[in-house]
This record gives sequence, structure tokens and C-alpha cells, in this order.
Amino acid sequence: MTPETLIAVLAEADRLRDGFAARGALVVQTDVLQPAGTLLDLYGEDIRGRSYLTSDPVQGEMVLRPDFTVPVVQMHMASHALPARYTYAGKVFRKQDQDPSRANEFVQVGFEVFDGSNPAKADAEVFAAIRDGLGDLPLRAATGDIGILMAAVAGLRTSQPRKDALARHIWRPRRFRTLLDRFGGRSPVPPSRAALLGADDPFAAAGPEIGLRSRREVEARIATLRTDAATPPISREELALLDTLMGLRETSDHVLSRLRDIAVDMPAIGPAVTRLRARLDALDALGVDVSALEFEGSYGRTTLEYYDGFVFGFYAADPLMPPVATGGRYDALTARLGDGAAVPAVGGVIRPDLVLALRGAV
Amino acid sequence: MLKLGVPSKGRLMDKTFQWFGSRGIALRKSGSEREYAGEVEGVDGVELVLLSAGEIPRELAAGRIQLGVTGSDLVREKLVNWENVVREMAPMGFGGADLIIAVPQAWVDVDTLDDLDAAAAAFRARHGHRLRIATKYHRLVRDFLRQAGVADYALVDSQGATEGTVKNETAEAIADITSTGETLRANGLKVLSDGLIHASQATLFRTSRAEWTGEQRQIWKALERQLGL
Repeated sequence: MTPETLIAVLAEADRLRDGFAARGALVVQTDVLQPAGTLLDLYGEDIRGRSYLTSDPVQGEMVLRPDFTVPVVQMHMASHALPARYTYAGKVFRKQDQDPSRANEFVQVGFEVFDGSNPAKADAEVFAAIRDGLGDLPLRAATGDIGILMAAVAGLRTSQPRKDALARHIWRPRRFRTLLDRFGGRSPVPPSRAALLGADDPFAAAGPEIGLRSRREVEARIATLRTDAATPPISREELALLDTLMGLRETSDHVLSRLRDIAVDMPAIGPAVTRLRARLDALDALGVDVSALEFEGSYGRTTLEYYDGFVFGFYAADPLMPPVATGGRYDALTARLGDGAAVPAVGGVIRPDLVLALRGAV
Repeated sequence: MLKLGVPSKGRLMDKTFQWFGSRGIALRKSGSEREYAGEVEGVDGVELVLLSAGEIPRELAAGRIQLGVTGSDLVREKLVNWENVVREMAPMGFGGADLIIAVPQAWVDVDTLDDLDAAAAAFRARHGHRLRIATKYHRLVRDFLRQAGVADYALVDSQGATEGTVKNETAEAIADITSTGETLRANGLKVLSDGLIHASQATLFRTSRAEWTGEQRQIWKALERQLGL
């Protein structure tokens, strides 16, 4: 990026941040160098592979911030102020080894709302703030709701370990599918597992006990596998309902009636559908045309693991351009960072460089 | 002039020399044993450059050599979008080794990636940290596990004696190169049945000809004929 372009991008970032501040958000900043431990434990290897790691002789492994969310959540958890709104602007850093044509450092401007009094309203507030920041750019908004799929999984008529395994892989569609096929009896039991469960002494050929994972942990997993083998498959009806949910692609007003139909056979998603309805009402009240707002049942499942409710993104017509803005609800992340003390949180970020590129300004 | 990078010592170098020798091209070290310069006979315009096998991918990518012999695993690990940077001209039939994932034999409940993923989830819940996999092939292993949808693991760097990391409790599993599996067994480890990440062998690579001079293309044509590619 040329110095002139960067100056223009930073000016646009300030403009966007001022817009969020005018909505009552406190302007915050974070260090560029963050302790790596928390971030990497939270995000795992996918983000580690895309992060610039470095070591500090005193503070140990550090990372150039891959996003602002974690440090801002930590800042908020330390202050305990509620409700709270924050805005920030600054560079984030990601290696692009899958697609070297994408920027490895770029500016993000964010708006984060920590307010549990009315989650539907907070969702709509963030969406509308991002939309207003983007102005009249020709962008398509896509939305989804991870919470509906989570509720559907939690409500399946099957064992808790199966539900836990599925819930853990909502963000990895391929493994989720593999597990569904296994639990639904649609794929055969792997031969090694059948042999293990059929063995008189599963430990007959076990080598020396080495490493941190103990014999007791192995025994516990075998017990889980035995219980699972005796658990009836997830019914075809439930599998079909999940497929319908994941394949939904409608405008938001239509999706509501589809979901109500599904909820007749899958009552567990009822509360999540009620929340979606409240969100659509709140969006409508802020002038969002929900009859034109796209909803996808699987939207957000391939992005970062921490979104667990409303998810959205704004896209340019060029399919090669990254989303100009993204956001969503991340209640579970605050629970993990706050040692179980969850704070309902929703936020979004805009990339000012892409905004300027779309305006033809740079 | 076309520069050909060849591993500078050991079995890989000897086997490479044999491979070219049996195709009528004699490669040899010039001067003393310690000197990393070489001579080529049997084809004109090729210069031999002796390098560490691990540096050959980078030298190819930088265009400092046009041809190179190295492990196909090293090219995949070290070069981003390697297919856009180099071409595989000939698998050479030696230096074979598999990059695999191995776990303790005592884990009788773990035979597939599916098992590894389930074990990692339970391990993390119980021990408060991710299941550690020791390796030096970070990119290959990470891509492989991402595609398989394995979660709750962390890679830890191990540049040598990787098989010992489990016993030493600095990792719970490993991803490493093995040819016979003997070292693995001796260290109480076993290979996952679907844990083959890449079957590697010594391979002749070349850079993209778009960057080459007309003279270099002529030399390559002659070399290609001579090698029977």
C-alpha cells in the first residue's frame, strides 16, 4: 500500500470510528503486540497458522494482533462497566499463505456492544451501525444465526456425548457431516472400532503407557464408545430436519415461516426462532428492509468459531473481494475469557481500505 | 547455463549421482571432499550446485537455481502455493519416506483421525490445554488436520528426536517422517490408519520456464531428452 493510500485509509477509518463514537461508543485502543497464549488457546491452529508470532525475552511468546475482539473483551471484563459500547480503529495482521494476493495487514474499524438487556435490539443496533457506516455502497448483506443450529443440535433425541460432539463441530461442516452420518447409522462403523469393542481385553496389544494421556482416560473413552454403540441411531426425520435447517436460503421474512414449520417437529429451536423474530422486528424498527434481507442456514459456519448467534457480512459484487464488513454475537467467547462470567456481546468490523476501493477513491 | 541443485551429502547425494549416472550424466564433487562445488559431464550448459536438501526449495523459489533435487515433502512444506512456483519433473524412486501422524500404542481407542479428534476434545477438557502434536512440518500438518476437521490440538515445534517427545511429555502425539516405522515402534508409537499426510520421495523439480532465457530452454531440451523425461 502506498503512503498516500494508507493516509486515505486511516482518514476513512477515523471517519467510521467517529460515526460509531457518535452512537455512544467509547473510543479504545489496544497494544499491537498481544500475549500469544490466550489468543492461540482460544482460536487454535487455524489462526496460529495465520498469525505473526514473535518472542519477547521477558513476556514470552507474543503475537501481532490478528483482531481486536479478544483484547477489547479482556479490557471490558476488567472494567465491569455495563452496559458498554466500544469503538476502535487500527491495523490487524494475518498471514495469507493460502492466497498471497490478499493483504497481510489491514485496518479494521469496530463497534462492539456489551449489553444483555435486550439482545435482539443489540444485534440490530450493531447491524444498523455497520450499515450506516457503509452508506450507499452497492453491497449485499448476508445473515445467519448459529444459535438456531446450536439449539437444533441440543434438542436432538440422542445421547449427550453425541450432542456435545456435534456442537463442537458446528464450525467444521465436513466433520459435522461425518459425525451426523455416523450417529445416523448412514456410514459403517470403522473396522478398528468394531475390533476394539469386540475384544476380550482391549489392552492386550497396548504398548508401554507413555505420555500425559493416562490409561484411565483411554478406558473412559472406550466406555463412551461402548455406550455409543448401544445408542440407537439419530432418526431419519431428525436428520432431514437438520438438512433442511442447514440448507435454508431465503429472505428473512420467508425464513421465519419456514422455521416455524420446522419448529413444529423440532420444538427445541422454538426459543431461537422467537429470538430471530425479535431481531427482525428490531431491524425493521431501525429501517432495515427484512423482506430483502438474505438469510442462510449455514452462514457463519466456516468463519471463526466464536460467533454463536446472529452473524452477518456485507459483500461487494466481486466474489474475489473479501467481505467489506462482518460481525456477529459472541456470548460464549466472553464466558471463556471471563472464567465463566459471560457478558452478552455482539460486534462488527468494517475494512476502510475496501470501502475506499469500492468508492473508486484509491 | 542451468543451475542444478543437489543435496550436498549422504545417501541422497549418492543416490542422485547414481540416478543421473544411469542416464548418461556424470555428476561429481570437484576438488576435495569438503568442497561444495561440482562437475557435470554428458550434457552441456548444466552447472552443479551442492546445497542442503532443506535449502533447495527456497533456492528454486528465488530463481538462484533452475533445477533441484529434494524431497517432495520439503517443497510442499516450505513453498507457499508450490505448484505455481515449481514443476515436478521426475519422481526419482529413492529417499522415500511417509509424513504420518503417530500416537502412543497405549491409546488402543485411537486408530483414525476421528478418534484423534474425540481424544483431543476429552484431553483438553481434562488437562486444560490442547493436545500437543510435535512436528517440524507445521504447514503440511495443519492443512491436513484442518481438512480432516480435527480440533482442540496444538502444534509444538520439534526439529529432531521427535519420536521421544511423547515419552518426555512435551507432546501427546507426533507428525513426522518415517520410512520403516521402526523408530516409532521402538518409542511406543503407532501410525494412525488414515494418518498418512504425504508420501514423499526425492524428486527432480524445475522452476517455471517463463523466467528462462532462450539458451536455458535449449539446454533443458537436451537434458530432457538425455534423461528420457
